[in-house]
Amino acid sequence: MSVQTERTDTAPAPVVRKTDPAPPGPAAGGPAGRRRGVPAPYLLLLPALLATVVLLGWPLVKNGLLSFQNLNPRQLILHLTEWNGVDNYTEVLGSSDFWKVVQRSVVFTAVNVALIMVLGTLVGLLLARLGKGMRLLLMLGLVLAWAMPVIAATTVYQWLFAQRFGVVNWILDALGWHAMADYNWFGSQLSTFSVITLLIVWQSVPFVAINLYAATTTIPKELYEAASLDGAGAWTGFTSVTFPFLRPFLWATTFLEVIWVFKAFPQIFAINAGGPDRLTETLPIYAFVEGPGNQHYGMGSAISFLTILILLGLTAYYLRTVLKQEEDEL
Amino acid sequence: MKRSLIGRLWPNATAAVLFVVFAFPVYWMFATALKPTGDIVTEDPVFFPTDVTFGHFAKAVDADHFWTLVGNSLTVTILAVLFALVIALLASFALARMRFRGRRGFLLTFMIAQMAPWEVMVIAIYMIVRDAEMLDSLVPLTVFYMIMVLPFTILTLRGYVAAVPKELEESAMVDGCTRGQAFVRVIFPLLAPGLMATSLFGFITAWNEFPLVLILNKGVEKQTLPLWLSSFQTTFGDDWGATMAAASLFALPILVLFVFLQRKAVSGLTTGAVKG
Repeated sequence: MSVQTERTDTAPAPVVRKTDPAPPGPAAGGPAGRRRGVPAPYLLLLPALLATVVLLGWPLVKNGLLSFQNLNPRQLILHLTEWNGVDNYTEVLGSSDFWKVVQRSVVFTAVNVALIMVLGTLVGLLLARLGKGMRLLLMLGLVLAWAMPVIAATTVYQWLFAQRFGVVNWILDALGWHAMADYNWFGSQLSTFSVITLLIVWQSVPFVAINLYAATTTIPKELYEAASLDGAGAWTGFTSVTFPFLRPFLWATTFLEVIWVFKAFPQIFAINAGGPDRLTETLPIYAFVEGPGNQHYGMGSAISFLTILILLGLTAYYLRTVLKQEEDEL
Repeated sequence: MKRSLIGRLWPNATAAVLFVVFAFPVYWMFATALKPTGDIVTEDPVFFPTDVTFGHFAKAVDADHFWTLVGNSLTVTILAVLFALVIALLASFALARMRFRGRRGFLLTFMIAQMAPWEVMVIAIYMIVRDAEMLDSLVPLTVFYMIMVLPFTILTLRGYVAAVPKELEESAMVDGCTRGQAFVRVIFPLLAPGLMATSLFGFITAWNEFPLVLILNKGVEKQTLPLWLSSFQTTFGDDWGATMAAASLFALPILVLFVFLQRKAVSGLTTGAVKG
């Protein structure tokens, strides 16, 4: 074998000996299953692991590296690598814009997640109370909203809230709020955020509601019987049986939604590109506009790296909670 | 417990209102797409269109590059899902059926990978793709869409593989199959529904992806449908009929798939995302 002869030249003898007896080794093993038992799982996992390390790990590392570079149009075009230490970070963390965006992102996430969780829970509990026909009907509506592709949804919402001929303005006008007849929803920060929030809540409530309904069907009926024997009404039944049973689910879902809303990109970007006047930029949009938008790639990378760190922290906490709940499943 | 008339009425009434609220935007998209322009550009919206026209659809389909972009979207999503499926099948078999050191670590890696914030990583990916001189190409899109759906595919398939009774595989091996043959002849056919559901969810994710193609492919001939749709309104001015027709064309396959798959969606998402 050519490999062997080549190796003997350079490598010390033991290495050759180690590779040499490899072929007869497994043959000496007994049953067929054991022969493949040792390396097989790692071989099967190798492509997946490789893909993850190269395609996810490398961009993450690259993002970190870029955030320590001075990377503007000149360096970009000439392929220059100019390290500038923590300059990007000092600039980002020292700018009041960044902290405004952070504050905005936190408030935006909190409002959205609160609405999603409260409404999702209410709709889920309602699903559990309905008869079969009505439940299917409501489920259909929920699934349609859930399934709607994000970019199709943003386009539809732009049309629903259009200044001229938009149906929302017409309804508000018809209901007696005549000031809204030709209202420009995308002209101010609060109204743009209202549309985005409505869109995100509309698309996220179905996930919470349907999963919560699925979870309530697993609550043993005896618990409610026992509670009502103890004289519990509907409300006490909820606080003493339903809520404790659903608490792990609600907690995990809340975190999942926090992560999803915090990194929401297409909804905000496609609705109004962070406008008007960059007033609806959350952290992911801010990084995008500063980086590729304004051609400050180093700055953009620093912002996105900080965002990734926040998200990693949230994810770690989320996974820890979930894994604690499901210890035996893993 | 007996409920009063009101007690029976209000859940149903609320459900009906909620159905309208949740379904309306989807309905309005299709309704606008099918209405003649006179019924769209009007001070009093037509809620139940009586005249139906397919003119807006014709306009959307006739738009520049429409069929190229359909081709791009299909190529990228189908290839990404196929690659992910092959890689995930190998990995999920190991994770579901074998006991080995580091199994927990692998699972955890894929769970973290599933939560990867791709939306925030586009700048780094842009630089990598640019340095490889692969901007305006479908290859990087395919590759990154593959990794975006891979962790979900692995974790979901793992559940499906685990659900196939081990005895079937063992009896096949007693009858003389190798482990590989047992997999191909026994487990694989039983996995078909699971593969179907998992790949369709991968398909939906890749079909909808927006931020990455936004930054990578500026050339109009190498874009995908989400990017086209997001700029459709700018291209066509305030032609809401054509814009809604474009949105309908883009959304319809996904809506149909999803409504059929809803039951599996719930179990798939809970086993994949929440339970792990």
